[in-house]
Amino acid sequence: MAKAVDGVSFAVKPGEVLGLVGESGCGKTVTGFSILGLVDPPGRIVGGRILFEGTDLLGLKEEQLRHVRGARISMVFQDPMMTLNPVLRIDTQMIEAVRAHQNVDSRAALKIAREALERVGIPSPESRLRSYPHQFSGGMRQRVAIAIALLNKPQLIIADEPTTALDVTIQAQILYEAQKLCRESGTALIWITHDLSVVAGLADRICVMYAGRIVEQGSVDEVLDKPLHPYTQGLIGSVPSRNRRGSPLAQIPGMTPALLDLPPGCAFRSRCPRAAPRCVNETTLEPSGTNGRLVRCFYPLHP
Amino acid sequence: MKALLELEHVSKRFVQPLDVAGKIARALGADVSDEVVHAVDDVSFGVNEGEVVGLVGESGCGKSTLGRMVAGILPPSAGAIRYRGQDRIGLQVQMIFQDPFASLNPRMRVEDIVGEAPVVHGLVKKEALGDYLDQLFARCGLDPSYKKRFPHQFSGGQRSRIGIARALAVKPEFLVCDEAVAALDVSIQAQILNLFMKLREELALTYLFISHDLGVVEHLSDRVVIMYLGRVIESASTQEIFERANHPYTQALLKQVPRLDTRKTQFKPIVGEIPSPLSPPTGCHFHPRCPHAMARCKEAAPPLKEVGSGHFSACHLNDR
Repeated sequence: MAKAVDGVSFAVKPGEVLGLVGESGCGKTVTGFSILGLVDPPGRIVGGRILFEGTDLLGLKEEQLRHVRGARISMVFQDPMMTLNPVLRIDTQMIEAVRAHQNVDSRAALKIAREALERVGIPSPESRLRSYPHQFSGGMRQRVAIAIALLNKPQLIIADEPTTALDVTIQAQILYEAQKLCRESGTALIWITHDLSVVAGLADRICVMYAGRIVEQGSVDEVLDKPLHPYTQGLIGSVPSRNRRGSPLAQIPGMTPALLDLPPGCAFRSRCPRAAPRCVNETTLEPSGTNGRLVRCFYPLHP
Repeated sequence: MKALLELEHVSKRFVQPLDVAGKIARALGADVSDEVVHAVDDVSFGVNEGEVVGLVGESGCGKSTLGRMVAGILPPSAGAIRYRGQDRIGLQVQMIFQDPFASLNPRMRVEDIVGEAPVVHGLVKKEALGDYLDQLFARCGLDPSYKKRFPHQFSGGQRSRIGIARALAVKPEFLVCDEAVAALDVSIQAQILNLFMKLREELALTYLFISHDLGVVEHLSDRVVIMYLGRVIESASTQEIFERANHPYTQALLKQVPRLDTRKTQFKPIVGEIPSPLSPPTGCHFHPRCPHAMARCKEAAPPLKEVGSGHFSACHLNDR
């Protein structure tokens, strides 16, 4: 058995943007999927609680979860080509999503769909509603996916690498819409990404994940300016713009361990410059200072 | 310094001929014609020996097509590409591809993937191949004992190293790297970028480094060439571009790169999308999205003009 996600705890407030950062295979997507009960068998959630406005989502029956998914919590995936049905027009897909959760006729649902497309900045939404997914460009398709996520005015949106496949100028447009949305409607946002620079400009707080665990948590400014965990520092050091031009990048040696045979103790210790014999012991996420700052390390950088 | 590689008015057109229905429609007088994509449109620049030139642009701007022409994989439709003054591009120019998963044959052992070309081209005798590969693997940061393995037994970062080893196996002088680190995680990307810099020093290599990631290009390149919809719109030394970008597109692009130091920014995007290369806008290709567009921008494409020492930009605003 491999633990893709191991003892992850965090909280998001209304209107807040939480950045969930980590490299491939660190469990950030599985964390997002767990919230919505989307983990495929043989995967399963073996412990913990997921409280959404006070209710434990893990205690809900499948039927009750359906009323949460897409209505109060919605998700935006990385690749909109995979999440939109290629043989249905956009309006069909959007009306279906509205009427699954709201008791309205299709005319009213169409109006809601048009307004959602308008909100994400799609020009001439009236005619675009009658298009098929392949008639949109990548950036436009992602906007449609976000518009669908907005249809039922959810309290929480989970966005899993939504701009990774997009160009810089299109990414900026999507980030702009996401920011506007949180500011104007108080929607909470969990932004899952591997790109620290994106969350720097967007998020309020950051969770850094490594090998299925959160290794550091705190406000954006604190985590990026004064990282406590050596892995966070390594990630920041690997970003080219943080280094003098042409000088060797500060690299983290080695690679992420396989989740199937994680070493005991700190999973990062084989790559860590600060590792000591004590690191084979089990680590816990300890508070550091105020503001809900947490770190999982025996030898944090700014004690 | 003399230019190692020169591109003179290079263009690449991809033509989709009319199908039968289209031909009949044309015979009957309908206004249809072959679909032509100007992937690369009259591009000229040079790369000096030992230099790293970053080629930047968004998807569909023609940067990969240009890279493939430089590597000799695609012939240009017009113009000339000269390497050391010669029209023929040989083994000296090698290419490193974007996707380390798709660019290695899954049914070949790594030693065959890397070792096939140098033997075929007579650079190494078959008996000496083992030692040659050991050296090459070590140079690229791979354990030589892994050479009997298949590509699926390696991680993404290691596969990138195999792609680099394959390119280096024929002793090239010039490497075309097409989004060579785009598919990698940040920490692995840093390792590969460091490898590129180490190899450049050890083997006196010249790079054409194609990327959409301005952060990577800024770090690695001596000079940057920016493309938009098939045309070069600006080129200058890296420092000059990042401090005094001239073209409105470059300025907007630089402003939108997410950076670690910009917190809680108000993102102010450029409006609109990259137009389809099937029907590019008239005049300056950027004018529908440009905040400074004038009447003249719709009519005439601005030529590349020197606006500073070694700094070229194609914008009508510079004439005022």
